[in-house]
Amino acid sequence: MSAFSALLSRDLRLALRQSADSLTVIAFFAIATVLFPFGVGPEAEVLSRIAAGVVWVAALLAALLSLDRVFVVDFEDGTLDQLILNGQSTVLVVLAKVLAHWLTTGVPLIIMSPVLAVTLQLPSEGYGVLVLALLLGTPTVSLIGALGAALVLGARRGGVLLSLLVLPLYIPVLIFGTAAIEATITGMPSQPMLSILAGLALIAAALCPFATAAALRQAAE
Amino acid sequence: MVFAGLGFELAAGGAMVLRGPNGSGKTTLLRLMAGLARPVAGRLLWSNAPVEDPEALARRLRFIGHQDAIKTAFTVRENLAFWAAFWGTGEPALIDRAMDTFGLAALADFPARLLSAGQRHRLALARLIASPVPLWLLDEPANALDDRSTGALTNTIAEHRARGGMVVLASHGADLVTGGTTLALDNFTPTAAQQWVEL
Amino acid sequence: MHKFANPTQFMRIANAIYPWIAGLCLILFAAAIPIALVFSPPDYQQGETVRIMYIHVSSAWLMMMIYGIIAANSAMFLIWRHPMANLAARASAPMGATFCALALVTGMLWGQPMWGTFWVWDARLTSTLILFFLYIGYIALSDAFEDSERGDKAAAILALVGSINVPIIHYSVEWWNTLHQPSIMKASSEGIDSSVHPSLLLPLFLMMGAFTMFYFALLVLRLRSELLAAKIRNARLSQIAGHAAAQPAE
Repeated sequence: MSAFSALLSRDLRLALRQSADSLTVIAFFAIATVLFPFGVGPEAEVLSRIAAGVVWVAALLAALLSLDRVFVVDFEDGTLDQLILNGQSTVLVVLAKVLAHWLTTGVPLIIMSPVLAVTLQLPSEGYGVLVLALLLGTPTVSLIGALGAALVLGARRGGVLLSLLVLPLYIPVLIFGTAAIEATITGMPSQPMLSILAGLALIAAALCPFATAAALRQAAE
Repeated sequence: MVFAGLGFELAAGGAMVLRGPNGSGKTTLLRLMAGLARPVAGRLLWSNAPVEDPEALARRLRFIGHQDAIKTAFTVRENLAFWAAFWGTGEPALIDRAMDTFGLAALADFPARLLSAGQRHRLALARLIASPVPLWLLDEPANALDDRSTGALTNTIAEHRARGGMVVLASHGADLVTGGTTLALDNFTPTAAQQWVEL
Repeated sequence: MHKFANPTQFMRIANAIYPWIAGLCLILFAAAIPIALVFSPPDYQQGETVRIMYIHVSSAWLMMMIYGIIAANSAMFLIWRHPMANLAARASAPMGATFCALALVTGMLWGQPMWGTFWVWDARLTSTLILFFLYIGYIALSDAFEDSERGDKAAAILALVGSINVPIIHYSVEWWNTLHQPSIMKASSEGIDSSVHPSLLLPLFLMMGAFTMFYFALLVLRLRSELLAAKIRNARLSQIAGHAAAQPAE
């Protein structure tokens, strides 16, 4: 457990010292969202119709932008070798890294999302469920994303490749994340979609760390 | 497959120097011993028992390679303290001793990004003292070191062995150990051919 | 299984069965093409367009079967390190992607007269499109490394994760589709299955059989050329090693 908390606190302190990295991701989230009114026009009905989907898509893209940094710095400076030789398990390294990524990227995105939803005229019933859906969905995004980041370590064009690998796997999260918000807005229960989001997170939590650990050990080999 | 028919053993307090030309597989062998790479065939034994749990082996060894594994945003002390906490070894006093030994005490609170290549390598080596384990695997440890630091490293290795520690190091330069065995890897013809391609 | 793991054994078996696979493939195509494209009756609803379905369904069948084969081979490669399993997975991927593209294109061609447009977000077309992206990702990842062994293993892990995800994605898309598309499209999409008249089944099965044999024949050819390429590579490497050994030691 000490290795887990040591690594988690190291990553959080690093993120704090290099806070520009996290801020860039949030800024990207904002600018990507703000582009849509220019693309589809400023009419409130159109915007409020697409608000949930736009916020989700922009959040996924912003998370993607931060993902290729999850392991690559440690990989390049040799830290990854030493992390693997922790004497317990590589899965532990993965879990600490994923949690750190979620805390430094997922949580800021969640905090930022209602503000951006306001600019897109999201109906007022939707805000609570937007935050809830992102809370349940972003851990999956971090878990799957970490796996993609581990797979592309040392690859040519790693960043582009990462999006190609990971974005198709995000489709279920996107479908149920937006559906939960739309259900609430149209007066339907959102609980089934939220349960499915939680289920997806559990499946990802059960499988991704092991696959990611295998990919990391293999990248170090 | 780089090695065939390679066998060696190392007793407590022992040292082994791997010698061989570039590409002879010194680094590969060290990484195999560390458990970072897996052998196609062959076994590692510890106290005459096969290593069944590579994690248990990892707890008893320290691998210092070409990359220094240093976070440049952290200070020298923070770097050492992180690894000591991560590996769950060592105590605060050892961190100070490690910095003293490798001449980093004056730099303790400087961010590592200000360090030179040699100083960074010394910081990597300082982990050997700050987070003590029985088996050291060192890949060209004297690279980028000046004479004084090389002397410090030689002494550190000698003290470690005097306490019953073991050292395996790859080197083609200065003699860092007295006594000990030498394994010349150029006797083992490197064959890049994978064993299954024999059509 | 272990017989196949050895390349020499594999080559012997492959050379022995290849003429049979290729012959069966030719016979099936010789029967399927005229029956499917000329002699079978047009569908009472879809008319002559139904003939696209013979190609479409066969391609769709193969794209799924090949993904399964890739996943199974990837598992064998990761667990038992069978090099032949790895070669089979990598050699299959471009074929799977091609059949996937073929299924997409024929699906669109079929959809044009049925729906009046080349593309609708039909659950089946959408799932096929996503599977196509998964194939492209797999191929891109396996080719992205200087060290080909690293590409092999990374791609194998991706294929396994993908095989767990494919059903999740498939059902998500299906659910999403029923949520957003009212009944008209669903009815026409379901028409594909429900209106299959017995007279259409024979050409369909012949065509699927022909496609499957075509895949296996190509797979054997590709594996054979891969093994020969590996042989050449190793001959080169041992030349380099010979040069290195001739140099004086440091």
